[in-house]
Amino acid sequence: MQWNSVGEFFVMGGYAFYVWGSFGACLLLMVAEPLLVRHRLSEVRKSLFRERIADELDLQQKS
Amino acid sequence: MNALLATVRRDLLLALRRKSEVLTAVFFFVIVTSLFPLGIGPEPVLLKKIAPGILWVAALLATLLGLPRLFAADHVDGTLEQMALSSSPLGLLVAGKILAHWLLCGLPLVLLAPVLGLQFDLDASALGILTLALLLGTPLLSLIGAIGAALTLGVRGGGVLLALLVLPLYIPALIFGAGAVEAHIAGLGAGGHLSLLAAMLALAVFFAPWATTAALRIALE
Amino acid sequence: MRQSIIQWFRFASPQSFYPLAGRMIPWFWAAAAVFGIAGLWLSFFVAPTDAQQGEGYRIIFVHVPASWMSMFIYLVMAFWAGLGLALNTRVSGMMAQALAPTGALMAALSLWTGALWGKPMWGAWWVWDARLTSELILFFLYLGFMALQAAIDDPRRADKAGAILALVGVINIPIIYFSVKWWNTLHQGSTINMNKAPSMAQTMLWGMLLMALCFWMYSIAVALMRVRAIILERERHTEWVKHAVE
Repeated sequence: MQWNSVGEFFVMGGYAFYVWGSFGACLLLMVAEPLLVRHRLSEVRKSLFRERIADELDLQQKS
Repeated sequence: MNALLATVRRDLLLALRRKSEVLTAVFFFVIVTSLFPLGIGPEPVLLKKIAPGILWVAALLATLLGLPRLFAADHVDGTLEQMALSSSPLGLLVAGKILAHWLLCGLPLVLLAPVLGLQFDLDASALGILTLALLLGTPLLSLIGAIGAALTLGVRGGGVLLALLVLPLYIPALIFGAGAVEAHIAGLGAGGHLSLLAAMLALAVFFAPWATTAALRIALE
Repeated sequence: MRQSIIQWFRFASPQSFYPLAGRMIPWFWAAAAVFGIAGLWLSFFVAPTDAQQGEGYRIIFVHVPASWMSMFIYLVMAFWAGLGLALNTRVSGMMAQALAPTGALMAALSLWTGALWGKPMWGAWWVWDARLTSELILFFLYLGFMALQAAIDDPRRADKAGAILALVGVINIPIIYFSVKWWNTLHQGSTINMNKAPSMAQTMLWGMLLMALCFWMYSIAVALMRVRAIILERERHTEWVKHAVE
């Protein structure tokens, strides 16, 4: 362990901007992408669900 | 082989009836190369250094300009479907169309390049290498471009999409084509670059018509 | 033998692949988390400070895995695309389509972290180095693939056209890489040498490997999630999809 304090860890020997810029971008995009995909999946599910409800209502009215 | 030659003749005849389309690409090439000295300044040393790159990028873009028309007209009037159904193999007919495209869009660039090279203060031997490199390179551009043209056939936003698909694939041709002239000017000899360009051309002659045919069949389904 | 091959082909239908992907996703997320935590711990607390590059070198723990994945995903994408073209299986094309955005993301991350590494090390955000340039071209190839698939309305045609493009790209990638390398040596000589890692400590290598595994598992998990969305979107008029959604 080469860090003496929390502050030193965040300063990264003067390379804070570059190191945290890289890791931060990775974290940001790798959190954002699954959220976007999940949103897409739930949107499809919702619209499919609405379609099914509509179909069932149609059937009830006919009978 | 007869089918191939017949396709070439047909496409050339059609192009002669509509000369403006072919001339547009050639004029584009001339104008773009002439714009660079106006934008950069008339220093002969600098112009000589950037000449191969400019001429090659301009040739790339001029080739790109003619590509959307390669199959579009035949697709619209149904000729392409007849070709796919005809007894001669589609690959051969496609090769003929690519050859005709090169004769119309590539060869004029090769013939014009030495004249345009004079604007950039290139000497006679460098002009020779430039012409030779373009002679090997422009058919390669037509062959690779045909794949992109077939893939984007009848697709919305086809022209811009075609540029996006094809330009990254043109990079090796650009590097070795422009590199040949630069290496010659630097006194390193252009042999290596030219043979690599020829090797890529041989590879493309073999694969590109095949891939183009496959892409056309998908577009026609 | 025959029986087991048929078992595998069963998953080539969207109907049986959809629930299978759903069951696999949590496991890949868990693996990504485990590898990620271990990799981050190694890369920040165990790996020593580099003698030449100080703490700035720690960027390689995300830069190298992102570059690896961007190239690897293109290969996998081309593999699925080729399989879809050869065997005419529907899931293959969907897998290729699901992988492309993640591959593009990895290429973008590789370029971004490469720039952030280059600035303190070389004094420039961007250097026309062979690897950086090839990575940029790979990013363009991903964009082209995605643009082509987005432009074609008929999903079957989009799959096949994308497959041809991916295969043409895969033949071209080595040619592009070597041409860029050749160009680079001709123009820059040996002013910049990225290969100088004479004393890559064992712990650094392990950190990089663990992070690469984390990125790998992440890519699989996200691609499976996306392929599930694509399956539902494309098969929405089939009977099984209507019953799959509660």
